[in-house]
Amino acid sequence: MDLTTFAAEVGRDSPVCVIGLSTRGGGVPEVRWVKAPSGIEWIQADEMTACCGAGTAVDELSDALRAVGQRTVLPDGGTVGGALATGHSGIRRLGDGPLRDVLLQAIYVAATGEVVKAGGPTVKNVSGFDVCRLLVGSLGTLGFLGEVIVRTRPLAQHSEWFAAEANDPGPVFAALYRPVSVLWDGSTVWALLEGHPDDVAEQASAAGLFGATGPPPMPGGARRLIAPSAIASLPESSRGAAFVAEVGIGVVHLAESAALPTSRSPMSSAHVQNRIKAQFDPTGRLNPGVVVG
Amino acid sequence: MAVTGRLLDELRQTLGPDLVHTGTIELGLYGRDASNITGSAGVVCFPTSREQVRVAIGAAVRHGVPFVARGAGTGLAGGATPVDDAMVIVLTKMNRVLSIDTVNRFAWVEPGVLNLDLTRLVTPHGLHFAPDPSSQQSCTIGGNVANNSGGPHCLADGVTSAHVLAVEVVLPDGDIVMLGSESGEVDGYDLRGAFVGSEGMCGIATRICVRLTQNPPAVRTMLFDYDTVDAGAQTVSAIIAAGMVPAALEMMDQLCVKAVEAYIHAGLPVDAAAVLLVEVAGLPHGLEHDVQRIVAIAKDHGCRTVRIAQDEAERALLWKGRKTAFGAIARIKPNYYLHDTVVPRRHLPDVLRQVYEIADRYGILVMNVFHAGDGNLHPLLVFDKREPGMMEKVHAAGDEIVRVSVAAGGVLSGEHGIGLEKRDLMPLMFAPADLAAQAALRAAFDTTGLANPTKVLPSPASCGDSHQIVEGAWI
Ligand SMILES: Cc1cc2nc3c(=O)[nH]c(=O)nc-3n(C[C@H](O)[C@H](O)[C@H](O)COP(=O)(O)OP(=O)(O)OC[C@H]3O[C@@H](n4cnc5c(N)ncnc54)[C@H](O)[C@@H]3O)c2cc1C
Repeated sequence: MDLTTFAAEVGRDSPVCVIGLSTRGGGVPEVRWVKAPSGIEWIQADEMTACCGAGTAVDELSDALRAVGQRTVLPDGGTVGGALATGHSGIRRLGDGPLRDVLLQAIYVAATGEVVKAGGPTVKNVSGFDVCRLLVGSLGTLGFLGEVIVRTRPLAQHSEWFAAEANDPGPVFAALYRPVSVLWDGSTVWALLEGHPDDVAEQASAAGLFGATGPPPMPGGARRLIAPSAIASLPESSRGAAFVAEVGIGVVHLAESAALPTSRSPMSSAHVQNRIKAQFDPTGRLNPGVVVG
Repeated sequence: MAVTGRLLDELRQTLGPDLVHTGTIELGLYGRDASNITGSAGVVCFPTSREQVRVAIGAAVRHGVPFVARGAGTGLAGGATPVDDAMVIVLTKMNRVLSIDTVNRFAWVEPGVLNLDLTRLVTPHGLHFAPDPSSQQSCTIGGNVANNSGGPHCLADGVTSAHVLAVEVVLPDGDIVMLGSESGEVDGYDLRGAFVGSEGMCGIATRICVRLTQNPPAVRTMLFDYDTVDAGAQTVSAIIAAGMVPAALEMMDQLCVKAVEAYIHAGLPVDAAAVLLVEVAGLPHGLEHDVQRIVAIAKDHGCRTVRIAQDEAERALLWKGRKTAFGAIARIKPNYYLHDTVVPRRHLPDVLRQVYEIADRYGILVMNVFHAGDGNLHPLLVFDKREPGMMEKVHAAGDEIVRVSVAAGGVLSGEHGIGLEKRDLMPLMFAPADLAAQAALRAAFDTTGLANPTKVLPSPASCGDSHQIVEGAWI
């Protein structure tokens, strides 16, 4: 994929923002916008890797991967670049690992207008500093993703949601072997199990779970991070607001953003965050006004 | 700047004389890591707490002396080798496991905890720390974090980065920051991810929150042998393409199998050109299903015999063969140089052919024992350095091996890191703008430029001019 046109559009100076399908917020008002190139370059099933323009729709990539029995851990909807720039893992993180680990190589346009490569094309690589990890979740404030190589995974043989009433998710969580997702809303626990159908059935019955239609709808007010051990006391600490917690992870989806008190770490890394931004985009021209964190 | 008497006085006063060493033996011992790239240490400190780490770093920075974090010194790329009489800060006295959450499956540890010690400690809870470098008995978790280390079982479970939720770091400017969180995420840039793999150049980790992984209810270990290396390598690709990710997928070539067999007598097929060790782990039904499919794929690709470990003792024996390869090799020639590159799995046969061809051309023995599942090659050059001109040949052959790996769409290092060893080969993979971005990342963490300088990033002058592997880099 030729990224020089994209780089020319981003240019070397003046504020600019990048937009995908605007499913995760869209551009910055009154700032010139660009769109990343789209299209799948290749899929290598035997490498478990795929290469595409950052502007490619996640759904398009998922469809193409499904045809070869694979998938990515990118959450549905929007563009691949948008999902990576947002960096939020989906509710399958327990089994899939975090979204940030999916990015193997990124070719991006830096604030200088240069085309820069981070990472490498193979599934294992420790060659130099890990700029890819910084790009994931950076909301386009450090560079605009142009083309990415992502890790893929095989589709599970069988995949099924289960649920049970539970005023403590602990026993179900403890009984399951590497579940893909365990969710809890204070009175019901849900679990997504994958693998051989007989293993899935045996696991579910051992944990006292029953078939369910799917995960519960996620409260859309806020996505907050808490210590995993604080999940059990959410019914009290959420001040009555509806919640769904990702058990074993510490992500809580809340109906109201103000429902949980915020705790600021005493060992804040805010100054390092600022220095990162200053190093990568000294004039603040990339996605101006967008605050990460 | 060199270590001065004033700096030493200051360190002895603040840390106490027992924790500050300048004897010839210590300086020699800590003047290199397992790479044998010899440097020179100016002073060696053994802090026992985060505060003492901060004190040591503060003194180094005030006196303009570079400092190098060191775990067990098993690194193979010269990452912990001090350059220019640097201060070596050894973390092995900070070796406490601080807490274990067996419900949510994570632990807080100090950086000097040995990798295998953590796994042993959590075994009664049915848990383990997934990254399992072959050096796991002696390497530290701090070193694993700094090198983003891997191991045979990282194929399915991911390398160290995937198992680090949070790291407390003393930055070179003395600030203490918490990167990441117990939830493994933060609202902000993933500084945790940027720190992992930073080879001691972004500060010193003083507390680490690691994910613990459930032990599999069942495990099956298989050994396949082949008449050609190609057939073995093609089996690897075929297993992955069929949608299976075994827990481990390791390969040994004939020379290696012979050496190992002579050493441990495990009944390995010494006449085979290549042997594959495949392990699957998980729940029983899925496991049996995978075993059947993998055996069928192996046979389709010309596997001669299938050996499935019948019990834990046989499994341990098969793994012993893999894990003692280094010891076995020492019996053939006195010296070896272990390489570490990654190539796309589909190019394994082709690159291995080139590796044999290169070694042949230089008249050096090469053995291959490696993580085939993720294309992570470990060509092992075996030689006697007393033979005239041998070191030059070893370096030249190694250089060519790295080049053919990168040319095949691969990368410089899969798990050992860049350190000093491959620093000047970085331009093979990265253009000046790519390297500038990496330097920017580092500069945001280290505003002093004194944290393990001269590693990983080639100096601007040598950019685009990649040359020899650093002199003396052999093990
Ligand atoms: C026989 C043998 C087999 C090996 N097998 C493998 C293998 O299978 N897979 C693999 O990945 N590696 C392997 N290695 C390499 C090595 O063991 C790993 O890189 C290991 O993680 C290094 O740990 P260490 O404690 O020895 O670190 P050291 O060698 O002491 O240091 C390594 C790097 O980490 C930095 N560092 C150490 N502690 C800290 C800290 N607390 N904070 C910040 N930086 C720090 C150092 O500055 C240095 O750059 C092997 C080595 C040997 C000798």
